[in-house]
Amino acid sequence: MSRLRIVLVDDHAMVRAGVRAELGDGFDIVGEAADVTEAISVITATTPDVVLLDVHLPGGDGKAVLEACLAQVPHTRFLALSVSDAPEDVVATVRGGARGYVTKAISGPELREAVQRIADGDAVFSPRLAGFVLDAFSGAPAEQDDELDRLTPREQEVMRLIARGYTYKEVAAELFLSIKTVETHVSAVLRKLQLSDRRELARWAAGRGMV
Amino acid sequence: MTVGPPRASRPVCGRWVAGVCVGLSHHLRIPVWLVRVVFVVLTFSGGIGIVLYAAFWAVLPLDTEGSGVDPVSARSSDTARLLALAAVVVGVGLLLAALGVNLVGGALIPIIVAVFGAALIWRQTDDEQRDAWSAAAGRAARQTAGSTASAGRWRIVAGIGMVVLALIALLAGRTSPAEALQGVAVAVLLLGGVALVVFPWIYRSWREASEQRRSLIRSQERAEIAAHVHDSVLQTLTLIQRFAEDPVAITRLARTEERNLRSWLYAPIGDPDRTFAAALERVVAVVETDYNATINLVTVGEAALDAALEALVAAAREAMVNAAKHGGGQVSVYAECRTDVAEVFVRDRGEGFDLTTIPADRLGLRESVVGRMERHGGTATVKSTPGVGTEVQLRIPHSEVTP
Repeated sequence: MSRLRIVLVDDHAMVRAGVRAELGDGFDIVGEAADVTEAISVITATTPDVVLLDVHLPGGDGKAVLEACLAQVPHTRFLALSVSDAPEDVVATVRGGARGYVTKAISGPELREAVQRIADGDAVFSPRLAGFVLDAFSGAPAEQDDELDRLTPREQEVMRLIARGYTYKEVAAELFLSIKTVETHVSAVLRKLQLSDRRELARWAAGRGMV
Repeated sequence: MTVGPPRASRPVCGRWVAGVCVGLSHHLRIPVWLVRVVFVVLTFSGGIGIVLYAAFWAVLPLDTEGSGVDPVSARSSDTARLLALAAVVVGVGLLLAALGVNLVGGALIPIIVAVFGAALIWRQTDDEQRDAWSAAAGRAARQTAGSTASAGRWRIVAGIGMVVLALIALLAGRTSPAEALQGVAVAVLLLGGVALVVFPWIYRSWREASEQRRSLIRSQERAEIAAHVHDSVLQTLTLIQRFAEDPVAITRLARTEERNLRSWLYAPIGDPDRTFAAALERVVAVVETDYNATINLVTVGEAALDAALEALVAAAREAMVNAAKHGGGQVSVYAECRTDVAEVFVRDRGEGFDLTTIPADRLGLRESVVGRMERHGGTATVKSTPGVGTEVQLRIPHSEVTP
């Protein structure tokens, strides 16, 4: 199995050095960028497997990088990395096309697992992101009963366990599912989070100027 | 109390016309009916009351304090107040007629209409001022302001229409229609010319005024942020340099400061004395600081604190203390408030223990967590796997939910 090729995008050199150290030797870091323009050129030039993308960048948000790159590098996947837990940041970045969201406080092993999972095409939900999803999808859905606007009971159970701090493996054991099934549920929730136009999501996304 | 009389202003609540009488009665500390009687009496002595009232209306500021309090009830009697306004206007007209003011001639009704229209416009600009304040005061008020904005515009249009119609009628009553039309045309031309001359000047001073206001607001915001950063982040950075040799102290300082900064940036969720999630957040902060652990709190939903939820928070606190002491420093707390039940899960990644052989020092868990929950009609379950960690699950039914 070939090593994963990674690009780091963060405006703080110290953060990039820290993330590089946490990732360890198991990955090839093929590029780094400190702002939006630089990020776009590095990503399109190197077509990495995974981009670790800071949410706030000089010259625009992480969202601007996503907008510019998604169409050009369809096989590259994005994991948002941020110090912020504000719902509008999280929701805007995920709706912009990131496949997951972790805070910079994440531990080394967790970060490596998250990068691997993103590279495999799955979604990465931190407990807090799971909490946002449960909050946003709670209560009665909007007028039309679109399946995008609701979580299935199973998806709710999975989200609740993730919010409680369970790893995917522990969720699988608790619900008597395979890890693969848990990943499928999380990916389905990610899709709903990206495509649903529930009022709460729209409101949070609008908080960062994104519709 | 030794507080001096409040500054005179025109309150919104309880007013009949523009709030002048209510404001004066607050200021002078005499009953409002007395003020109203005085004004009516003065009105009958040559109309001084009306003139005085108009002067006070122009001079006294609208009350900003109580404006956001109850926009709904302030609105409900709007029609009543319009009627009061109409009564005053008709009264003035009749008074003028009774005094035999001759310049009115046969044009009593147009004049009444004109005055009423003008009063309508004045009142409306008053209301808009108030709405601007209440919009700043709260989201609920903003909805009210939004829903009445179009009504307000119609009221202004109606007011202007009434004034114009009345003036035209006044003209038409005295001259032939052709001449009246000519007069109107001349008036329009004249007004247009004046507007053309004056408009750039008015526009510029308006622009300057609003620019000044904006920069004032900006500099105030800047000063506020600077003060906050100085009191919090800079202090903490200084402390961190002093404790450079002590990683535990540095972690604790950084963690506390991070929490403070976050709650300042992302508007705290509520009052910790009154709402569940905010209370839990406060408990987490205290336990983190006291036991030097990292507690990741995720909350979903919110409710007003009642006895059951207070017991839940207290039990969750004990569970967190236990997890922080024995759980290896990393604790996950998840709290969910649904319409009828609230749950808290406290999970650590410590060594775990065998429930059948609970060591004596962990009996606290059984007493303060399980016992407390059961006394309030809730349940507590402890799931512990040696080598994996411990999860305490707390669940309590409750009734009150805030949307």
